[in-house]
Amino acid sequence: MYDVIVVGGGHAGCEASNIAAKMGMKTLLLTMNKNNIADMPCNPSIGGTAKGIIVREIDALGGLMGIVADLSHFQIKMLNNSKGPAVRSLRAQADKRVYPKKMLEFLEKNSNLEIKEGMVEDLLVENNVVKGVILDNKEIILSKTVILTTGTYLKANILVGDTSKEEGPHGEKRSNYLSDNLKKYGLNIIRLKTGTPPRIKKESIDFSKMQEELGDPTFHTFSFDIKPTYDINLQQKCYLLYTNENTHNIIRKHLSESAMYGGYATGVGPRYCPSIEDKVVRFADKEKHQLFLEPESIYYDEWYLQGFSSSMPTYVQEEMVHSLTGLEHAIITKYAYAIEYDAINPLQMNANLENKILKNLFTAGQINGTSGYEEAAGQGLMAGINAALKIQGKKEFVLKRNEAYIGVLIDDLVTKGVKDPYRMLTSRAEFRLILRSDNADLRLRSMGYELGTISEEQMNRLNKKIEDIKLLSEELKNKRLKITKEVSNKFKLNNMEIPKNNPTYEELLKRPEVTFEFLDEYHHFDYDNEVLEQVSIELKYNGYIKKAIKEANKLIKIEEKEIPKDIDYHKIKNLASEARQKLSEIRPRTIAQASRISGVNPADITILAIYLKKEYNHE
Amino acid sequence: MEDTICAVATSPGIGAISIIRVSGKDAIKIVNNIFKGDNLKEVASHTIHYGYIMDENEVVDEVLVSVMLKPKTYTTEDVIEINSHGGINTTNRILELLLEHGCRLAEPGEFTKRAFLNGRIDLTKAESINDLINAKSDQARMLALNNLKGALWEEVGKIRKKLVEVMSNIEVNIDYPEYEDIEVVTHENLLPKLNDIKNKLEEMLRNSKNGRIINEGIQVCLVGRPNTGKSSILNHLLGSEKAIVTNIAGTTRDIVEGSMNLNGYLINFIDTAGIRETEDKIEQIGVAKSKEAIKEADIVIVVLNNNEKLNKEDEEIINKIDPDKRIIFVNKSDLANKLKIEKDYVIGNTINIDGLDSLKKAIIDKLNLGNINIKDVTYISNIRQIDLLKKALNNVKDAIKNIEGLMPIDIVEIDINNAWQHLGEITGEVYQEELLDTLFSKFCVGK
Repeated sequence: MYDVIVVGGGHAGCEASNIAAKMGMKTLLLTMNKNNIADMPCNPSIGGTAKGIIVREIDALGGLMGIVADLSHFQIKMLNNSKGPAVRSLRAQADKRVYPKKMLEFLEKNSNLEIKEGMVEDLLVENNVVKGVILDNKEIILSKTVILTTGTYLKANILVGDTSKEEGPHGEKRSNYLSDNLKKYGLNIIRLKTGTPPRIKKESIDFSKMQEELGDPTFHTFSFDIKPTYDINLQQKCYLLYTNENTHNIIRKHLSESAMYGGYATGVGPRYCPSIEDKVVRFADKEKHQLFLEPESIYYDEWYLQGFSSSMPTYVQEEMVHSLTGLEHAIITKYAYAIEYDAINPLQMNANLENKILKNLFTAGQINGTSGYEEAAGQGLMAGINAALKIQGKKEFVLKRNEAYIGVLIDDLVTKGVKDPYRMLTSRAEFRLILRSDNADLRLRSMGYELGTISEEQMNRLNKKIEDIKLLSEELKNKRLKITKEVSNKFKLNNMEIPKNNPTYEELLKRPEVTFEFLDEYHHFDYDNEVLEQVSIELKYNGYIKKAIKEANKLIKIEEKEIPKDIDYHKIKNLASEARQKLSEIRPRTIAQASRISGVNPADITILAIYLKKEYNHE
Repeated sequence: MEDTICAVATSPGIGAISIIRVSGKDAIKIVNNIFKGDNLKEVASHTIHYGYIMDENEVVDEVLVSVMLKPKTYTTEDVIEINSHGGINTTNRILELLLEHGCRLAEPGEFTKRAFLNGRIDLTKAESINDLINAKSDQARMLALNNLKGALWEEVGKIRKKLVEVMSNIEVNIDYPEYEDIEVVTHENLLPKLNDIKNKLEEMLRNSKNGRIINEGIQVCLVGRPNTGKSSILNHLLGSEKAIVTNIAGTTRDIVEGSMNLNGYLINFIDTAGIRETEDKIEQIGVAKSKEAIKEADIVIVVLNNNEKLNKEDEEIINKIDPDKRIIFVNKSDLANKLKIEKDYVIGNTINIDGLDSLKKAIIDKLNLGNINIKDVTYISNIRQIDLLKKALNNVKDAIKNIEGLMPIDIVEIDINNAWQHLGEITGEVYQEELLDTLFSKFCVGK
C-alpha cells in the first residue's frame, strides 16, 4: 500500500512524486515510458516571463525544476532587466536530452520514491473515495491518495492537415479509457488543444541570413542553493528570422487544408499561442511575423522553429518552411502538429488541488487546463505537498495571491475556470511588485521549512541573507557620500542631478538611476549580489511596495474568512440567481475567493457575510 | 472595517436640512480637519457643536455637528453627524471635502451592515436587512444603468480605452520581450499620451466644479435688465413649489440658485449676474455675463418689462439665444404697455401672481420639444463619480511624475492601471479579462 501514487512522469508528476517522497510518503510514480520522464515535447526552454518566477518559487519550496534547469541549460538570460524589478524573470534554453536525465537522477536519489512503467486505465473508487489505481493489465495498486498528472495524453489526437492520429506526443500510446472513467464518476471533462512547430535539421539551416540571439554575459541561477557552474562564453546562440509575404500567400492559399481551419479539430486552443495560420488570418495587415530558431540539444542537431506552430498538411509545411529566408533548403525532421486532449474542468478542484467529487484524488498540470512546463511543475509540487499533508492529517497548504505566482495560478484555476489552456502572465498577478524573482526565497523558504521540504542547511542560508540585508540597510543609513568636485562631475557627466549636503547612501540609492555599481568607486559594500539587489529594490520602490503590501494585508483579512464546506447556497435568501448558481458550482473556500468570482456582486458578498454571521456566528 | 465611511443620511433633495453621517476610526479626526468651532477631538461624547465647515479659508456651510464616540453609536464605531441646511450643492461639497480628507463613500446599506456585523443589531432583524441592502443596491444598479447612457460614459470610455491600449502594449512588452517587431512603450512616447489624458480628466473635473453639471437636471437661467423683476419671478416659482433655496452668503461657488420639481423634471435655476442684485440697486447688466449664462443653460428665460420699450441690449440678447431654448416672459402686465415685440411670448406679473403657470407650461413645452441638449447635464452627475475622477486624475499625475523621475515602466504602469480601474468604476465596466483580451487582440505573439 502506497501513500501516494502519481500517474504521469511529466513536469507535474516529477515535482509531485519528489516532494511527497521528501515529506516521508511512500510514493509510486507510474509512467508509460521511463525514457519520457521530464520530457519536453514542445519548446526547449525553462522559464520565461512570469514562468521563470514560478521556477524560483518551486525551488524556494524544495522542488526540482530550478536546479535541474541550472544543470542542463546551454543559454540563460534575465528578461525585462530594464523594465523594472517586478517583471524580471529568467529564461534558460534547457538541453532536451540532459534535462530529463538529470531529473531522473534526482528522482532516483529519493529512497521513498519508486518508479514503475504502466498505463492507468481506471481508479479504484469506493463511495467517492479513491483507494488506488487499476492498470490496463487489470493490476490493482492500492494507495491512500492518487495524483493524476497525465498531461495531454487523455484521448489525445494528433492533427496534421486532415489526418488525425489517436496518439500522444512522440507517437506514444494515448490513454483511451481514463477520461471516460472519470466522467463516469461525475467529473466534468473538457476538450482542449495546443500545438507545436516543426523541427529543422541543423545542417540544412543557413544561419548567416539570420540575427544572432545571445545569452547574458553575467551569471544566473534559478536555484537559491547552487553557484553557477557553466561557462558564460560557451553559451549556445539562438537565431531570429521573419516570415514574408510569400509565406503568408502559401498559408492563405492552403488555409482550408489545415486541421484548425478545415474544421477537423474540436478542442479550444490557447489565445496566447496562436498557430502561424491564426497569426496570418487575424493580423492580415502585418507584413512579417517574428520567428526564432532554438537548438533542442547540443547532443543532436534538431532545431525548434518557435512561432511557427501549425496544423497544415506536411506538403504545405514544406512549402511554408522553404519560403523563409535561410531555410530555403531546410530539412524538416518533425512536422508541426496540433494536439487535442481531454482535461478536467478545474472548477471541480479545491484550492489544495484535491477533487471535490472524488476524495483523495489530486490533479496537476495540463489535465487541469493549464499550458507550460512551469505551470505544470508548480501545480505538481502543490498537489504532492497537499496529498502528503492530507495523509498526515495536517492543514492544507494553499498559497495566497500575494504570496506566490503559484497561488495566483491555482486561485485563477479554481475560481475562474479555463476557456483555453491557461498560461501564466505577469499581468495576472495584481501583486506582482511583491511576487518578484529576486525574493522568492524570502517569500517562501520558511514555509517550505515548516512543511519539511527545506533542509536546515537551506534555511541557514536564507537566515544569513536576511541578516545581511539588515546589516547593509543599517550601513546605508549611516554612511554618507562626501560631494567633492569629482563626485559632482561624475553625476554631471552621467546626466544625473548632483546631490547636495553629503547625502547618506540610502538617500542616494533611493533614486532610480543610482546603483551600487555607480557608487562602488566611493565605497565598496562587501555583500552578495542578491543582498545588494534586494536592498536596492526595497529602497527604490519602497512607496509602491508598501502600498502593495497594505493592499495585500486587506485581502488577507477576508482571505482568512473561511466559508463552511457544507454551506447550502439555496438557503440564503436574496442572493442574486447568477451569484447563487456560481457560488454553488465553484464553492469558494473563503469570502475573498467568493468576491473574485465574476457575476458575484458586492451586495451578494454582504448577504453571504450576514448569513455566515447569523448561521455560523462567523466573525 | 478599517476605513471611515460617509454618506448623506437623509433623502437627497427633500427637506431643508440634510444630515451627513461619518463612521469609522478616523471620523472625529477627519471632520475636525474641516470644522471651525470646538476642537472635536476634545469634546464629550454625545454632544452637539455649532460651527462652520471650511474649505481651507472659505466657509462652505454653517452647521451643527453631533459627536458620538464608540461604542454607544449606531455602528458601534465613532460617528459624527453633520447637520447642514444647505441644498444639494452644499451637501455635495461637504461630502467632497470629507472624501478629500480620507473618507470613503459608503456603499448602499453599509452603515446598517456595520451595525449588524459589529453586533449592534439583533440577529432576528437580519433578513429584513438583507431585503434593505438588496433594494438599495438594485436602486444603485438602476442609477448606474442610467449613467451608462449619457456623454459621461462615452468620455470616460474613450479615456479608458486609451489607457488599456497603453497598458496592453506595456504588458506585451513585458510578457513577450523577445518580440522586436512590437512597438516598445518608452518614457518618451508615453508622456504625451498621459499628458493628454490628464488634460481631459482635468477638463471634466473643471466642468463639474463649475457647478452647472453637479446635479442631474435641467439648467434654466433668467436673463434681463435689472429692473425687470427676475428675482421676484424666481422667488414665486420656487416658493410656490416649496423648493430648496440655497442662497447662503459666502457660498460663492454655489451657482445653482434653487431647484424645483416640474412634472418630474428637476429644474435648476442658474444664477446670473443680474439675479442676485436687488431691484433698487440699479446696475447696468453686463452683456458679457448674460452671454455666458445663456451658453450654459438648457433653457433661457428672457425677462422683459411690459412698461418699457425694447432697447438694443434686449434685442441683442434675444437674438443671441437659440429659439428652441428661449422663452420670452413679459413681466409687469399690471403696468401700462409700452413694449412692442413680434416674437412669441408669455405675459404676466408677480404682483397679482398672474401668468406664472403659463411660464411653467412654457418650460414644460420646451422640454417636451426634445430640442434641449441635456446631454451635458448628465455629464458628471454625482459625487461618487467626481471622487473617482479625482482619484483617476491623481493616478495619472503620479504616473507622469514617475516617468519624470525615471522609474521603470512596471512601476509607471501601476498608476496607469489604478486610473483605469477607477474610471471603470464610473462606467461599471471592470471585467478582469479586459486587459488580456485587448493584449491578444492587438498584438500578435506566441509560439
